[in-house]
Order: sequence, then structure tokens, then C-alpha cells
Amino acid sequence: MSEMLVGIYVFVLASLAGREVITKVPPTLHTPLMSGANAISGISIVGALVVSAQVDSGLAQWLGGLAIALAMVNVVGGFMVTDRMLEMFKKH
Amino acid sequence: MTLSTAVEISYLFSSVLFVIGLKRLQSPATARRGNQLAALAMFIAICATLLGNQIAEWNTILIGIAVGGIIGYWAAKTVQMTEMPELVGIFNGFGGAASALVAGAELLRLQSLNVTSPLGEGLSIVLSCLIGTVTFSGSFVAFGKLKGIVSGNPITFPLQKTLNAGLFIGLLVLGGAIMGLFQLGDLTTLNTFYIFTIAALSLGILLVIPIGGADMPVVISLLNSYSGLAASAAGFVISSNVLIISGALVGASGLILTLIMCKAMNRSLTNVAFGAFGGESIIGTQGDGSEKIARPVDAEGAAMILAYAQSVVVVPGYGLAVAQAQHELRKVVDNLEEKGVDVKYAIHPVAGRMPGHMNVLLAEADVSYDKLFDLDEINDDFDRTDVVLVVGANDVVNPEAHNPQSVIAGMPILDVDKAKSVIVMKRSLSTGFAGIDNPLFYMDHTLMLFGDAKETMNDLVREVREA
Repeated sequence: MSEMLVGIYVFVLASLAGREVITKVPPTLHTPLMSGANAISGISIVGALVVSAQVDSGLAQWLGGLAIALAMVNVVGGFMVTDRMLEMFKKH
Repeated sequence: MTLSTAVEISYLFSSVLFVIGLKRLQSPATARRGNQLAALAMFIAICATLLGNQIAEWNTILIGIAVGGIIGYWAAKTVQMTEMPELVGIFNGFGGAASALVAGAELLRLQSLNVTSPLGEGLSIVLSCLIGTVTFSGSFVAFGKLKGIVSGNPITFPLQKTLNAGLFIGLLVLGGAIMGLFQLGDLTTLNTFYIFTIAALSLGILLVIPIGGADMPVVISLLNSYSGLAASAAGFVISSNVLIISGALVGASGLILTLIMCKAMNRSLTNVAFGAFGGESIIGTQGDGSEKIARPVDAEGAAMILAYAQSVVVVPGYGLAVAQAQHELRKVVDNLEEKGVDVKYAIHPVAGRMPGHMNVLLAEADVSYDKLFDLDEINDDFDRTDVVLVVGANDVVNPEAHNPQSVIAGMPILDVDKAKSVIVMKRSLSTGFAGIDNPLFYMDHTLMLFGDAKETMNDLVREVREA
């Protein structure tokens, strides 16, 4: 249980840090914020890789592979589309 | 230093970069760099994972990375900026599904080893699967509503809330059962787990179908938050702090945006979730029956008023984006600025179809971001403004919001009626999402410029140049 408790500590503190950082993001950047956050939630790719690394057959392997593909769509698509939007924000 | 220590340090470095990257989103000047930092953080985390684990079988992993990467690349390159809510919606779903699949694959792996597992592990798996699956099916319904595949009207039926509550309690019972069976190392856990997943899929669908199309921005923001929480839960499953941290950041971000959107519509989250409001065809309250006359103006007349003003504020609404007239609007503004008119844009939080959507659409039309002002920044300026040009917006400039009897009472609006004169560019006098009449259109200092936004805007470009 102690490992879980440490995880809860980390979760609570990270949420507070997130709140501090994100409340200061101006409304004009809320769409890129959302798509960028979306890309960050693709971090589940790490979970998918860790699980997939340990299996070499059966349904678990399929699920792991599918998880990798879906998370990767989030990662590549999310960061790229955010970059595409932020590139357009110019001051002149 | 052992390999696993090196991997852990890489994860810590990634987590720090994610926070710094998000921090840089606090200004448009540094935002692009911030996003690139976050992408670098992700790259480091993925490399550390690949190098730090004994990989039993590479093919699945490489195929998964390649397929996902190609689809993501293609989606990011081809999506129209008007379709951003759909894209974010579907990506939320993918993120949720990935986290749920991680939980499922881990469950199967532990099952095949035939080991019993501590209660904490079982709880993490159940939570990750539940949140991830609800996010997945809910996001697809939201996507369907935005695309128009699923009706944008709230879909309600008798005993809906009772059914949802029942389903939720059932999920808690099943989840508890899975944890118990899991602790005993019982193989029947699998069947229970499948039923649990199907129930969670249904819950996601049932939670989103009663919410109207106009409320989808709130739903998308909330599902964004869920996709982060699902990643955090998956972090508990595999005991990975980088997942817990990144997931928590996304969870916080989505929740903040959800609350901002709720505030902008003057609704509580419960009201959005269970109010079955915000469809596309709600019949509005009738006026007092007295004859109301809107005064029309043509493009030439409107151009004269705009060109001889000192200060103009443009209020763009989603009608502008639907007509794809952002570029023409920018040309009108360019011409006005050449004539020495001071022009600003006032952006209401719900002007687009997701938070900040209108700003992206204007940025795409090459509008300088320092001319975009949000509600709080500009509302006090309207009484010093000569002309307000409202393009394809309605509810967000409806002074009825100040009338306590109105259905939109208390909704924060742009007080454009305080300006010396108002020009409203609109197809007709029809009502907005809230389905109520807008007294602004009948005020003495308001002129209506009727017509398709793109055509009228083109006329306006020409007339302003000649004025």
C-alpha cells in the first residue's frame, strides 16, 4: 500500500502544480492548451510500452499493441497540430 | 548507476519538461517553444522506456508506433481549423482507450502468471479501465454530435438518470468484485472484467447523449480532463510516476477549462451534465407582442460609418467561421486601419466551438494576437467605442442577459449596446443557440447588415476601400 500512497502524494502535488501553471494561460491560447494537454495525455504510451515489453503472445500482446498505436496517434497528432496552431499566432 | 535508475531520472526530467512546457503556454510569444519542449519530454520518456526494458517481442511495438505515428501525422496535417473540436474530441477518446487497454493488458498478463495481486493493484486496474472506457465511448458520442452524425439535440428518455445511477452502482459492485477475485487469483475475473468494460462503455454513451450540441465545448473539456485522469490511473497500474504526473497535469488543465466554459455560459457543471439544455432547436420565449422594427443598412452605408469612426470593435461569432469569412474580415480591418481607424477584436469565451477556438481561427486569418481581447479586458471599453461590428454572433451580445427574468440571465456578455452605434452582420433575425430574441437588433443605434457573411464581407472590403 505504501507505493500507492507515494503515488497519491505525487498525483495531488502534480495536480496543484498543474492548477498553478494552467490558470495563468490566457484565453487566446485555450485551444492549443487543450490539444497540447491532449498530446501529453498520450503519456499512456509509456504504460503501453512497459506492459507490451513483458508479453510476447496472446490477447495481452494485441491489447498492448493497440494501446501503443492509439497513444501514439495522440502524441504525434497532438503535438503536431498544436505546433501548427501556435505557428499562426503572430504579432505584427 | 543502474539502468533502472537512469530510466527513472529520464522520467523525472520529462516530468519537469512537461511542467516547463505548459508554463511557456502562458504567453503566445513563448507558447510554440513550450509545446516543443513538451514534445521533447515525450520523446525522452518513450526512448527511456524502450531502452530501459527487456523487450520480449519488438514487432508489435514497432508496428504500433508506426501505425499510430502515421495516423497522427496525417490527422494533424489535414485537419481544418474549424474542425479542431472534433479532432480534440476524438483524440481524447484515443487517450482514454489507450489507458484502459494498458489496464486490460496488465490484467491479462498477471492472470497468465496466475499470481494473486494486492488490493491496490486491483483498484488501479479497475479505475484505469473505468475512466478510460467512459472517456472513450463518451468522446465518440461527442465527436458524433459535433460532426452531426448523432443528433445535436439532447436525447432523453424516461428514467434516464435512474438508469445511469443504476449502471454506476453496478460498475462499483463489479469493480469491487474484480478486486476481490483478483486478490484470490481467481480465473473467473476475466469474464467479470469483460462485463465491467461493456457496462463502462454504455455509461460513457449514456452520460453524453442527453447533453445538447451547444454544450459540447464543456463536454470536450471535461473528457480532456478524464483522459488525463485515465493516464494517471494507468500510472498507478504500472507504478510509474511520469504517468501519474502528466495525467494529473492534463486532468487539472481539462477541469480548469471546463469551469471557465461553464462560467462563460453561467451554468453549473451539474446543469450542463444533467440539464438536457443547449439543443439546436429549443423554442424560445416570445416577446411582448409589440411591433419591433430592425433598421437595415447596406454595405455602402455600413462602410461609411466604419470608415469615419475613430474606434471600432469587431465581435466575431461562430457564424463568421461557418461562412469561412475570417480572411475577408481581416481585409476589412486592414483597410480600416489604413484609414487610421483603431480596431480591436472582442472575443467571448464561447465565441467558437471550444475554448479559444475563435482566436485560432483569427490567427489563421493572420490577425495579430495583440488585437484580440477577452471579455474582461474589453467590456469597459464599449462606452468609449464609436462602432461595434458584430459578425455572426448573437447570444454573447444579447442584453437580455441583464434581465433577471430571461433564460440567459446572468450569462456574462459583451456589452456592445453601450457603444455609440452597432452594426450587426447576420443572415436573418433568427435566434441563437439559446433560442431567444435579441433586443439589441431593435435598438435605435443598431443597424442590421443582412446577408451571407462571406459575400457581405466582400462587399464591405470594396466599399471601405472606396469610402
